[in-house]
Amino acid sequence: MKTVELNILAFGIAKDIIGKQTFTLDVPETSSVEQLKSKLYSDFPELQKLKSLSIAVNNEYVAPSEKLKASDEIALIPPVSGG
Amino acid sequence: MIDIQIFDKPLNPAECIAKAGNSASGGNTAFIGTVREQTKGKKVLRLDFESYVPMAISEMQKIAENVKKRWDAYSVVMHHRVGILEVGEIAVIIVVATPHRAAAFEACQYAIDTLKETVPIWKKEIFEDGEVWVAAHP
Repeated sequence: MKTVELNILAFGIAKDIIGKQTFTLDVPETSSVEQLKSKLYSDFPELQKLKSLSIAVNNEYVAPSEKLKASDEIALIPPVSGG
Repeated sequence: MIDIQIFDKPLNPAECIAKAGNSASGGNTAFIGTVREQTKGKKVLRLDFESYVPMAISEMQKIAENVKKRWDAYSVVMHHRVGILEVGEIAVIIVVATPHRAAAFEACQYAIDTLKETVPIWKKEIFEDGEVWVAAHP
């Protein structure tokens, strides 16, 4: 099975759980956001305890069905708390 | 006019109000969010704000554009601070200038409420005996 290497940014508590701000993850080609989340949840079970975990692709929130490419900037967005 | 910025130094309310000023507007509202000294009775020493800056700017831009459209606002200024903030310091300033006062209040409330829901900024509360990312867990 062909895989692609995704570049991922982690913020807030997600950064603390993963232990770094930027990392890469190999996933099967044409994986969706939903599939990426399943992989993240199994690699880092602490993420499952969060109230929510959104994924942004190239600075936009995306739907779970969105397909991911190696060139995307992917960001893990735990519950935001600005203001 | 829309002015969206993220700073790692103290925010300036007078500057935000002056920027939003418009001779056509009949009402300018300013919301100033500051660091509270306690959470649920527990003493907060300071807050540490982190942001995914390019996306935070783009999400705030969307909020400001909505405000302009929905309330006919002349100007929307949104300044947010990141880094370590001490109790009493200003974390966010929003100023909205509209033709009449009712719209200015409503629009400003919408802007801060939506910012808290969508803009990728996170705060960690630092206590005497530990630290907690706000709202992270159910």
